[in-house]
Amino acid sequence: MASEKLVLNFPRGIVREPVVYRLVKDYDLRVNIMRASISPDEAGHMVVEISGDKRKLEAGRKYIESVGVTWQPLSKDVHWRQDRCVHCTACVSVCPTSALSVKRPEMVVQFDEDKCIGCELCIPVCGYAAVEIQF
Amino acid sequence: MAKTIREINEKIRKGQAVVVDAEEIIDLVAQKGAKKAAAEVDVVTTGTFGPMCSSGAFLNSGHTKPRAKFSKVWLNDVNAYAGLAAVDFYIGATELPDKDPDNSVFPGRFVYGGAHVIEDLVAGKEVEFKATAYGTDCYPRKEVRSWITLANLNQAVLTNPRNAYQNYNVAVNRDGKRVIYTYMGVLQPGIANANYCSAGQLSPLLNDPLYRTIGIGTRIFLGGGVGYVWWEGTQHAPAVQRLPNGAPQVPAGTLAVCGDLKQMNTQWLRGVSLVGYGVSLGVGIGIPMPVLDEDVIKHCAVSDADLVAPIVDYSTDYPNCIPGNLGYVSYKELKSGSITINGKKVPTAGLSSYKKAKEIATILKEWIRKGEFLLSEPVASIPTPESGQKCKPFVEKPIL
Repeated sequence: MASEKLVLNFPRGIVREPVVYRLVKDYDLRVNIMRASISPDEAGHMVVEISGDKRKLEAGRKYIESVGVTWQPLSKDVHWRQDRCVHCTACVSVCPTSALSVKRPEMVVQFDEDKCIGCELCIPVCGYAAVEIQF
Repeated sequence: MAKTIREINEKIRKGQAVVVDAEEIIDLVAQKGAKKAAAEVDVVTTGTFGPMCSSGAFLNSGHTKPRAKFSKVWLNDVNAYAGLAAVDFYIGATELPDKDPDNSVFPGRFVYGGAHVIEDLVAGKEVEFKATAYGTDCYPRKEVRSWITLANLNQAVLTNPRNAYQNYNVAVNRDGKRVIYTYMGVLQPGIANANYCSAGQLSPLLNDPLYRTIGIGTRIFLGGGVGYVWWEGTQHAPAVQRLPNGAPQVPAGTLAVCGDLKQMNTQWLRGVSLVGYGVSLGVGIGIPMPVLDEDVIKHCAVSDADLVAPIVDYSTDYPNCIPGNLGYVSYKELKSGSITINGKKVPTAGLSSYKKAKEIATILKEWIRKGEFLLSEPVASIPTPESGQKCKPFVEKPIL
């Protein structure tokens, strides 16, 4: 069983396509929606974790593309800027998945992109703009 | 066996000084004892890096042609205080751009302010300069618009009236429902998180709790360059409750520091945006402790387990100046990632960077080892606990 976290970009006009339903029903995939939003111009973004048989996952991605939804791995959209991080640890207590954690006793902040779900809770608490999320 | 600063400097000049940082000294004293450690070690270096709001820089732009006596000055649209001589002005760290939405859409983001102007200058970036003046016979020009850089300024002196707080509150939010946005970070209701802000065992004033070696004129690491202590910091309050080891249990001493901005580096001087609160300046400070005798080294050997901070409610108590606290916790507990308050496990997070504090103590250690940084004899002391000095509240007399 394979699993991947993707950001799906729904261009204007496709928001009515039941993409998640199709992925579940036609491709036998498990879809965990971590967040979803539609902007005022009706373009939308969805952060999902999709798991299932590897071949079916690939087919599912082809289906998504076929209806005009673009996607990229979530890790591509989340950037922990090491050059900006001062390792104050303020982000660590708000991170729900421990993607941001502290290495003790050195008190060094570390980021594990595989654990990040793109919830953005760390963004306002970081005073140094060390986390950037684009989607 | 007592040593003098002069003797220590002699060793530093010869490249023979034994220098360790305030973290390394803990084990050293535990292994060898204070007496032996005091004989072997000459200097202990400390460090701290955190948001220090009471900061800013005096700048002198040089005279324009024709001359102007600036009445108002803006740097990247952030107002700088110009109520000084013609081309002197002070950019305060917490100042916001004139058109900043501040907290009108709550919580405000405070993406840019005086501290960021200072960071941009230090980074070598061009900063947009605007000034207005009323014009005089000797200073006729009434308006100036230009790009300026740090290199083109005559003087740029980081001049911070209150830095390096000796200990600080652990902030929590006792309110039942409301998230609060403070200078101590975002605090979740129901005491769901606790934020602290001190380097603990590496913090300068926690290694010299009774202000024996740090005084006016002490040479320090400031923002990556060399700076000095120029006074006690504002709100310096030495007369507070202390532990038997001399360390204050609550915020106590502070230092006023200054240094040449042109020597500084954005690694150690950073603009900070505190959501819902405002802008602050992340400042890195390191102070060397001359090991004059056993007493000095005993204080330097203090560890996170020996230092405590008070837990303070920032939803009601702090804003309304209600004294008291919800108990004390050690820095060892704070750094473990969680503390227990009223029997409940609460996650902790820092605002002060221990990693950077350690890096600063290490850099200072190298400077001294190489003979590049000599210790200075303070020219005067700052008030000690015996002075009885406390932080006074505002005395209000209504205007009728």
